[in-house]
Amino acid sequence: MSCLQTISDYAFRSIGYGPRLLPKSDITLCEQVTLIGSGMLWNIYFGVLALAFGFIFATALAVAKNSPSPWLRKPSEWFIFLFRGSPLFIQFFLAYELFVQLPKTGIDIFGLTLETGNLTRAWAGALVVLFLNTAAYSAEIFYGALRAIPKGDIEAADAYGMMGWTRFRRITWPTMLRLAWPAYTNEAIFLFHATALVFFSGFPAWQQKGDALYYASYFAEKTFNPFVPYPIVAGYFVLLIIIVIAIFGLINIRLNRHLPSTRRPKLRIRPQILR
Amino acid sequence: MFTSCTDPSTLDGLNWLACYLTTGKHVLFYKSFFVVLTLLAVTAPLALGVGFLGAVVSRSKHAPLRWIGTLYTSMVRGVPDIVFFLFVPLAMDQGFEWVRHKTLCRDWSEPIRQGNDFLVCSAAKLPLGSAPQSVHEIYGFALAVLAFAVVFGAFAANVLAGAMKAVPRAQMETAEAYGMSPRQSFWRIMVPQMWIYALPGLSNLWMVLIKATPLLFLLGVEDIVYWARELGGAKTSHFTYPHPDWRLWYFLGLLVFYLGFTKLSEIVLARITTRLSRGQATMAGEQMRKDT
Repeated sequence: MSCLQTISDYAFRSIGYGPRLLPKSDITLCEQVTLIGSGMLWNIYFGVLALAFGFIFATALAVAKNSPSPWLRKPSEWFIFLFRGSPLFIQFFLAYELFVQLPKTGIDIFGLTLETGNLTRAWAGALVVLFLNTAAYSAEIFYGALRAIPKGDIEAADAYGMMGWTRFRRITWPTMLRLAWPAYTNEAIFLFHATALVFFSGFPAWQQKGDALYYASYFAEKTFNPFVPYPIVAGYFVLLIIIVIAIFGLINIRLNRHLPSTRRPKLRIRPQILR
Repeated sequence: MFTSCTDPSTLDGLNWLACYLTTGKHVLFYKSFFVVLTLLAVTAPLALGVGFLGAVVSRSKHAPLRWIGTLYTSMVRGVPDIVFFLFVPLAMDQGFEWVRHKTLCRDWSEPIRQGNDFLVCSAAKLPLGSAPQSVHEIYGFALAVLAFAVVFGAFAANVLAGAMKAVPRAQMETAEAYGMSPRQSFWRIMVPQMWIYALPGLSNLWMVLIKATPLLFLLGVEDIVYWARELGGAKTSHFTYPHPDWRLWYFLGLLVFYLGFTKLSEIVLARITTRLSRGQATMAGEQMRKDT
């Protein structure tokens, strides 16, 4: 079987298109590269969606944590503590066991039926966990940035008569993003790394549709040679991270476009603080 | 454990629970918490040592050494740690066996890799097939520790290299002015001063390390996650203590354990930061000098 044939067979195996059976014997390098690359689709799916939803929720959480009212501050403080203080691995297990116990038919809330069946599947359940997790980590970053906004910026906004929502939209939020962006880039990188955990933590890979690491460990088990599949996975992730850094770098330039190019803060690719 | 536990089917309520929570398997579960703590106690200094070495190498004057150091410290930035946790133990195991095979069985002519098999002579097997179960367990744990040391050593190298760079240049210049050799100024001036700059990164790393410990489960060590799944699973009436699926509660227990542990670490690390800031040329140190 030629390599092109393999690619056309297995390129979308991870999302259910292609032969049912994975290669079992005489595994070629081409099959490993194709299937692991196919699995990367899941890593990208989880990472992008969790980041997008998490970003919105994190902003709300950070503002709530910064609020003087304890009714807003305490819940968001607890939420952030809960998700930052415990391992993601345990959160996955816990969430899966929780979702399994939910009634299969859905939950009725004020006449609306919430669909729960999908939550035991990785595509929805793991996404929820990743979303909440990254929201908590990002919220802490955004909160720190909110506290670091120069007093003069806010005073200037006040002097212009900007209040409430206008001031938040035009001054507070953009400044917060600007300050938080290097750390947030770091968080995005670690979120993409965290997506590799999904299929090792309770959520079953239905019909062997898994992510890159799932296929890599499959191959390592079948060939008993870890020196081929794991470097392939590593290569794919390095590529993904380079793309993430490039995109976040572009946004960073956009956020700091009002500054002269020599004074624009550079994205530090090796920050001291991890998640 | 208790004498009243001899016939669990007659018990109910709290008595049943007390007996249930003190069965032999539960004692093993409680002991597995010490496995986690042992891992932390062994890995943290090891990773710090590896990280120190990595930082020194990545600042080396010789270009090839520097490249190796930089490659090592930057690899954890691009590749998920879990890939290393799956890769390193397997690779190390095969590496050790390969070396032993080459030295112990010189007259072996067949290739080691035959298709999907990795075959070494029985004398090269690690641990030896005749070894007791406990040796197998310790060997598995040691491989896990190695994997953790490799990954967290790279993180620590990143932090320490940054800290070395952060020591004020004037301090090093003064050392040179006093006629210290590079080696002397490194050990006498830079190393004692770098810790305060490394501390925020290292405390963060400690938190990450704590939160990485449940990954031991993936390395086949019988850790707390293993026992939580084992004990929590539904038990039919064939068992002495039948119960429905309680894994949710066991994982909730683990969650609380980790929350408490990270909270405690946070408090302790805050104290250490205060202690180390004393007499340092930093904002916090200056504040302390003024206060007293």
